Amino acid sequence: MLSGSTPGARSVAPGEQSAPKTAPVRSRPRLVAIVGPPNSGKSTLFNRLTGLRQKVANYPGVTVEQRVGRVKFPGARGEVELIDLPGIYTLEPRSEDERVTCSVLRGEMPSLPKPDGVILILDSTNLARHLVLAAPILSLGLPTIIVLNMADALRERGGQIDVAALASQLGAPVALVSASKGEGLEPVYEFLTGQFGVPAPSELPVIHDVPRCREWAMRLGQRARYHPPAPPVWTRRLDALFLHPVYGVVIFAVVVVLVFQVIFSGAQPLMDAVDAFVQWSGQQLKASLPESAWRDLLLEAFWGGAGSVIVFLPQILLLFLFIGILEDSGYMARAALIADRTMARVGLQGKSFIPLLSAYACAVPAIMATRTIEDKRDRLATILIAPFMTCSARLPVYTLIIAAFLPNRPLLGPFLWTRTAAMLGLYVLGFLAAVATARLLKSSILKSEPIPFVLELPPYRWPTVQSLGLRLLDRARVFLRRVGTVILSVSVVLWLLAHLPLLEGRFPPIEQSLAGTLGRTIEPVIQPLGFNWKIGIGLISSLAAREVIVGTLGTIYGIQGDESSASLQAALRQDLSQAGAVALLVFYAFAMQCISTIAVVRRETGGWRWPAIQFVYMTGLAYISAFIAYQVVSWANG
Amino acid sequence: MQLSFKKHPAATLVPTTSLADLLPGRQAVIVELDLPGELATRLMTLGFVPGNTVALVRTAPGGDPLVFRVDGAELALRRDTAQQIRIDSESISPLEEP
Repeated sequence: MLSGSTPGARSVAPGEQSAPKTAPVRSRPRLVAIVGPPNSGKSTLFNRLTGLRQKVANYPGVTVEQRVGRVKFPGARGEVELIDLPGIYTLEPRSEDERVTCSVLRGEMPSLPKPDGVILILDSTNLARHLVLAAPILSLGLPTIIVLNMADALRERGGQIDVAALASQLGAPVALVSASKGEGLEPVYEFLTGQFGVPAPSELPVIHDVPRCREWAMRLGQRARYHPPAPPVWTRRLDALFLHPVYGVVIFAVVVVLVFQVIFSGAQPLMDAVDAFVQWSGQQLKASLPESAWRDLLLEAFWGGAGSVIVFLPQILLLFLFIGILEDSGYMARAALIADRTMARVGLQGKSFIPLLSAYACAVPAIMATRTIEDKRDRLATILIAPFMTCSARLPVYTLIIAAFLPNRPLLGPFLWTRTAAMLGLYVLGFLAAVATARLLKSSILKSEPIPFVLELPPYRWPTVQSLGLRLLDRARVFLRRVGTVILSVSVVLWLLAHLPLLEGRFPPIEQSLAGTLGRTIEPVIQPLGFNWKIGIGLISSLAAREVIVGTLGTIYGIQGDESSASLQAALRQDLSQAGAVALLVFYAFAMQCISTIAVVRRETGGWRWPAIQFVYMTGLAYISAFIAYQVVSWANG
Repeated sequence: MQLSFKKHPAATLVPTTSLADLLPGRQAVIVELDLPGELATRLMTLGFVPGNTVALVRTAPGGDPLVFRVDGAELALRRDTAQQIRIDSESISPLEEP
């Protein structure tokens, strides 16, 4: 265990912190934690200080991700490591976020040494409430700088604060900054490079007594001649519109449809472009390499397997661009507020809405987007139901089966045709399963201790290009890393299963491969659903990703995989009864056949427990429902 | 958690009503939080503390949750949470700010 602060610095009085002294030789860079209430600009400051020199760290056993980044300075104290901690209002560990922050600050996090210093960031326009947090943070006795953020908003709205007076009251350096504009950061750099001094506040309240802490903060504010800024006029005006009983709901609906439209169809040209590039580069590679098993593996597993998932990158980035704009501008909080009433009916809350909406595109970014939900149980419930939403990977499967088995006839005049109705029905089916599961979870294992729904409505701000850019870069990195690891390895394994064992030095026909054997092995299990071993291989291969079954069936039937292909449809009709087709659709609506989702759930929940429960539950539900569907339709068809 | 924090000294002396009954555009002084200790502490940290003045700014479309102004910031609570917060009914006054 490393000591909390530089030895010898304990006696240094505040104000002397930047006094030059010989720096002790250190084996690792100093670790400084950024702490603050939600919405005070922690991440903005973190990004501002570290730029792109950050790595996303995932500590074992912790559901919350912390980001660690480095700040480099010339000279002896060359490097400081910054850690961005979850937002907190108090230092009493009540929620998961607060537990993480507390244990990091107390040096109880096994994978992380105790921080050498703290940057406490507070919103200067909201100091009456935020200054309260200074009491428990300062009483930790760690070298601390208090950063008052949003200096620009404070100034523009006519607020004031005497920084020097506050610093002498708190016995610690204070900086008035605008993290988003990068102004006033010199004292922060000085703090990071200087001699760390332990804060010496003139007085500290009993930190467990909320009213006393508030009085203390109020007194400090008065002594520092804090003049709160005028209310944000534009925010009031915009809220009158965005939360209007009629227009507010209309705007909300328009935003929802727009997000849906963009991630669903707006991303299509970009995805097509990526797809075309993957195809093209595959062709180039094929032409340039001599024919061999290695070339097949490279092309079919790498390009065909992982490449088919890379195609989703534009969609995921667009979704996160939208989420970023909505969050940074402040509209997200309003959307959560509007959605809360409806979400409350299924036992969830407003903040679950956007993740669930984005799950219609893909459960992976949706599950990543649940980070905005502070309540751990609600977050977990949202993660667990998100894969029921009809994601875009189900579409190729639905399209193929519906086209093969359902003739397209007008159902409701010219407006609704049978195939469209079937597709809509599957969307509704997934949605109902999600709602029912949410109710089930929230009334049993995830029943919330009554943490009230408290939502802060921040003032509207213009999102900055830098912040959005960093977000997208971060997401792209996470996604590509997963494609390069999990998805790639699964693709390779599946490819090997389909191509081994070798028969007389050649690849076997699919039915004699390991995958074929596996398909035959599970045939008795899936027979009650109306599936034979070929569908079985499809089910196994689509564990990697749902749409893979289309390609697999194509391979099995020796047909180029294409969901619109008439010959594939004809071949399917040979192997699958109508009842079996219905069962297959129901199975795909419910089953968790997606390695990426399993991987992301594991990452976000910090272990294998929840993805395992989710997989068993969803597959069980899929199996039972498909069984019922098969039996009922078979019986109805006589 | 000590219960005494949740109650204003004058709590027993004044007629009270629920924070959920406040009309939009009005403010009042909080007297008591009739909630379990942890919950009450959490809300108090956010400014819903006995003695402090809070204003109901507006409601979400549909009438729930309610948006309050506390210490210059805006916070939304569900109606059923607000129902558990008692305000001094004599302190109710129109919100001064624009």
